[in-house]
Amino acid sequence: MPANQFNGFTDYGIGIGLRVPHYRHILAEKPVVDWFEIISENFMVDGGRPLEVLDQILEQYRVVQHGVAIYFGSADNLDKTHLKKLKRLVRRTNTPWLSDHLCWGSIDGRYTHDLLPMPYTFAVAKHTAEKIKAARDVLEVPICVENVSSYAEYHASEMTEWEFLSEVVELADCGILLDVNNIYVSSKNHRFNPYDYLNNIPHHRVGQIHIAGHSKFEKYILDTHDHPVLDPVWKMYAHAVKLVGNTATLLEWDDRIPTFDEVHHEALKANKFRESFVAAS
Amino acid sequence: MKRSKPTNSENHSSPPVKPVHSREDLRELQRTMASALFRPLTPRWGMQKSWTDGRPTRKVAADFIKPNDRLSSFERLEIYNRQYWFRLLDCLHDDYPGVRAILGTKKFTGLATAYLTKYQSNSYTMRDLGDRLEQFIREEPSWTTPRELLASDMAKSEWAQTVAFDGPSKRTVVADDLLGTSADELTLCLQPYLSLLHLNYAVDDFLIAVKRDEQDALRGEASNAIHSAPRASYRRKPVRLPKKQQVFLAVHRYDNQVYSKRLEPEEYQILTAMGRGETVAAACETAILQSSKTDLNWTDTVKNWFDTWTALGWFSLPK
Repeated sequence: MPANQFNGFTDYGIGIGLRVPHYRHILAEKPVVDWFEIISENFMVDGGRPLEVLDQILEQYRVVQHGVAIYFGSADNLDKTHLKKLKRLVRRTNTPWLSDHLCWGSIDGRYTHDLLPMPYTFAVAKHTAEKIKAARDVLEVPICVENVSSYAEYHASEMTEWEFLSEVVELADCGILLDVNNIYVSSKNHRFNPYDYLNNIPHHRVGQIHIAGHSKFEKYILDTHDHPVLDPVWKMYAHAVKLVGNTATLLEWDDRIPTFDEVHHEALKANKFRESFVAAS
Repeated sequence: MKRSKPTNSENHSSPPVKPVHSREDLRELQRTMASALFRPLTPRWGMQKSWTDGRPTRKVAADFIKPNDRLSSFERLEIYNRQYWFRLLDCLHDDYPGVRAILGTKKFTGLATAYLTKYQSNSYTMRDLGDRLEQFIREEPSWTTPRELLASDMAKSEWAQTVAFDGPSKRTVVADDLLGTSADELTLCLQPYLSLLHLNYAVDDFLIAVKRDEQDALRGEASNAIHSAPRASYRRKPVRLPKKQQVFLAVHRYDNQVYSKRLEPEEYQILTAMGRGETVAAACETAILQSSKTDLNWTDTVKNWFDTWTALGWFSLPK
């Protein structure tokens, strides 16, 4: 649902990711944007230019934090230093909710800097949910976990990805950042019906939606965030909106980044589907 | 919720499934996968065919990764192995343009690969990826020979720029803070973002030339896909390597912009002594006594230095 406990009962519209090549344009032109998503780790620094830019953005815009390195699915404990810095940033941005990925990426204190898929087992779901709850207790802000795109599956998995996601968020009582493009990418890589995924998650827990572009290779699809959103993903987005309502939506564009206006224009295409939903309801 | 049956195997030759029923099982699986990712790629950017213990990597991969109708377990794991190296090499490629320019892209990639093989990332942020590169260059000079000293100086300087860019700062000292403090007892801390470097080459000018066309950028990618190896250098013509020359450098920031400032040897000596906790008086006295310069008005010179350093905000009070 658009405003719920998992996004701090906000009703945000369409946002875009705050990226370095757009800083100058945004600070000078102050374009109308409903909200910006920042990569938390880029601003979990102790000083200097990143925080100066962030403070200027915060004066004008609503900002939501999106992380890439909590690694709820790692067998390691939560990194206390990381959480401490993250909480400091939460206080600075006043983000109404915070998201990170349902994945792992570090083990024994060594970091891969990737968003790696997890084995979908009940024991792993329980462990992951406990880490999400612990992080939320420290950060004191609602958490949404994002489904990642993946290129491999484990023999050890006992359930589908959407079952695992549902199990984790129910156990943790947290929200979902539903990445429609990631579902599409994984559905092609693992041969499942992406609409089964969309239809079988707890819709009331979706606090935010991601859309993005991807790249097709001969034998698999990569989640590259370097293209406009492709038609099959827009269709899935339209279906998702029917299921979860006009939820805060963000376009990710991280590589070969075009002008700010091009990115914003692409993001605003989502309005067509959101308006259809309003008209139908 | 309806749960599907376990999906353990897709073909009859699959090995027995090792369950993941505990945190320790999860740790073991993640250690295996991380080991695969951390292993350097082959010269043709593929995953190594042999595992650390001599077993075929395809067998190790098949033990925990499911194949599909298009890709073997090995090939699916290889996607992650390649992405790991492409992402991290790309990061060092961007963060160390000076070292790259000294060595050339091919040799730099060899250095970076050896470095990341020995020192895997121990930080949640890729900002810290190069924090031990200079140490590695000193430990294993063969990767940079015959330019190991120059490469070491450059790595030191480029890491100092990272620190200056977003390192912590403390409240800057103002004149009122010093009221009532005897000059003989006065100690001042240096800002944590300030690095004082004693170099064998004038890498500062060289780095400016190398970076002229390159813009500093934050890594903002939330995509977990990197699909190409680090690109070759696009420099239009090589920048001439710096000559050997003793240089004292302060790498700092002012108004949130990163700068390098050349220092006189005595300036460097005073500042490093203050950074060690010596009183201002003791630091100045030692530097002046050891200086070979005899024709200077030291009172005026030192006062000017302190005026500049204070204006640049380099000092904070000790706790």
